[in-house]
Amino acid sequence: MNPRVMVAARYLVLTLFAVAVLLPFVGVTLAAFHPSGAPIAGLAWPTEWTWSNFVEAWQEAGFDRLVANSFIIAAGVVPLSLVLATLAAYSLATLNPFGGRALSVAFVLGLTLPIELVVVALYFDLSTVGLTNSYLGVILAETALFMPFGVYWMQTHFAALPVELLDAARVDGARSLTILTRVLLPISWPALTTLGVLYFMWSWNQFLLVIVLMQDPELRNAPTGLGLFVGQFSANIPLLSAASIIVIGPIVTLYLIFQRNFVSGITQGAVKG
Amino acid sequence: MTDVAVRSGRSVRPERTPARRRPKRRVGRRLHGLVYLAPALAVYVLFAIWPAIHTVYLSFLEWDGILPAVPAGFSNYVTVFTDPTLGPALWHAIVLILFFAVIPCAFGLLMTALLQGGVRGMTAYRMIFFLPQVLPLVAVGITWRWMYSDGGLVNRGLELIGLGSVTRAWLGDYDTALVALGLIGTWAMSGLCMVLFLSGVQKVDVALYEAVALDGGGPVRKFFTVTLPALRGEVTIASVITTIAALASFDFVFVTTNGGPVNQTTVPGLLVYRLAFNEADIGTASALAVVLTLVVIVFVTAIRLITRERS
Repeated sequence: MNPRVMVAARYLVLTLFAVAVLLPFVGVTLAAFHPSGAPIAGLAWPTEWTWSNFVEAWQEAGFDRLVANSFIIAAGVVPLSLVLATLAAYSLATLNPFGGRALSVAFVLGLTLPIELVVVALYFDLSTVGLTNSYLGVILAETALFMPFGVYWMQTHFAALPVELLDAARVDGARSLTILTRVLLPISWPALTTLGVLYFMWSWNQFLLVIVLMQDPELRNAPTGLGLFVGQFSANIPLLSAASIIVIGPIVTLYLIFQRNFVSGITQGAVKG
Repeated sequence: MTDVAVRSGRSVRPERTPARRRPKRRVGRRLHGLVYLAPALAVYVLFAIWPAIHTVYLSFLEWDGILPAVPAGFSNYVTVFTDPTLGPALWHAIVLILFFAVIPCAFGLLMTALLQGGVRGMTAYRMIFFLPQVLPLVAVGITWRWMYSDGGLVNRGLELIGLGSVTRAWLGDYDTALVALGLIGTWAMSGLCMVLFLSGVQKVDVALYEAVALDGGGPVRKFFTVTLPALRGEVTIASVITTIAALASFDFVFVTTNGGPVNQTTVPGLLVYRLAFNEADIGTASALAVVLTLVVIVFVTAIRLITRERS
């Protein structure tokens, strides 16, 4: 076949698929600018653009609370997870700790466990120690659930660094913590950024864990609040669309900035496993 | 930073540690390593491993969450398989695998075969295809609730191509709800599979294709003898990720159908939540969670066995 026709055909296929992926969001965005409560049929162009749905959704769902909660939880989960996963991975990859091999396997196995297995007992465990309806409880639970991926991700990263780097620093008499902070971390920013971005996304999007551990609606995060908002306003498409865009907003912004990290984190993280 | 590396690099040879001092330092380092592991391990064990074990324990009890629990033997497991609502939920989750894993992987492979030459501007496309992966599933679910509604885009599209007679509220229809739900997964997962496969195919040695071409092989043979074997790892991982997503689904079911109509779209995650927190039947909820986990393990193991390299 004519190579130029082939190229054109490729673009056509890609563009069709891209449209299929984007169409639902285009529809929701257009719907969000219609007057509240208006019936939306298909891809309807608003006759009169209005921001009022965003204001109404924000107030009705109490998004200032929900969004703040989301950020508070993420602000705990991201740094804590990064530090703990980095320390553990550094040890597993370079210090050959006793039982290290078994622990690596234990972390990797954790990648396949569904949250459903943990969540019921976790609720009762945490309520006996007063960690339900608590930011700390959710932060620690998310940190634990995200740990397998983080340890695994950083371990592959550290293991791929040249051995000479470590040997040289060791012979120099550097202590292991110094080696980590002065030698390894400065060249690990790309890996850490990717992991941090993924952690933020998982924390921001977390639903089941939050709906269970935060019985108090005031303490829930943005997606969970959105989940309940649907029940209240299920027929008001413009309002629901605006609420969805509010919840999607921060993560899409982050995605636009750290696009490479998201894609490489999910694809490489997956493939190496 | 590079300074440190270079400087210490110079001192390697003269100061090389004598062999007899090494074992002791190694033991020290190996013990030291445990200190670095301890915090991560503590959080992981306390907040993930222990609750998982605790769930298994709870699955052998009859408990409402308040009054003292009563040992129940395997009766909760019997309930999971005999109850008219629980068994079907497991079955629904397995049906979802078709839409979350099988179709997206097949689609991804087809696209990979078509697009192999690579095109300019792939980064922008990749970014769009990947978008469903980063969004909260609740928002995805709400979007599709609207897509599938009476006046939604799906029905409008069908009317446009002259299929106005089949339009309906897809998620509310007894016969179509599960398929409609599954297709949301197809929409979300196809991009992931495609991006994974397209990046995997880049590492294939072009000489292999040339060899097939010299042998008189066409594009189909190139795909089956070179591309597909080269993507073994990617296919395995895409299948595993998407299968787990199908089996453990919760968020988007919760906001789209919440199991309805008439329990046609119940999934294990939804019922674990309902049993434990709405119906105060902790034992059965735990047993269902354990069975779900076993199903996940069986499927993941099966995928790994099927896609394993045959020597």
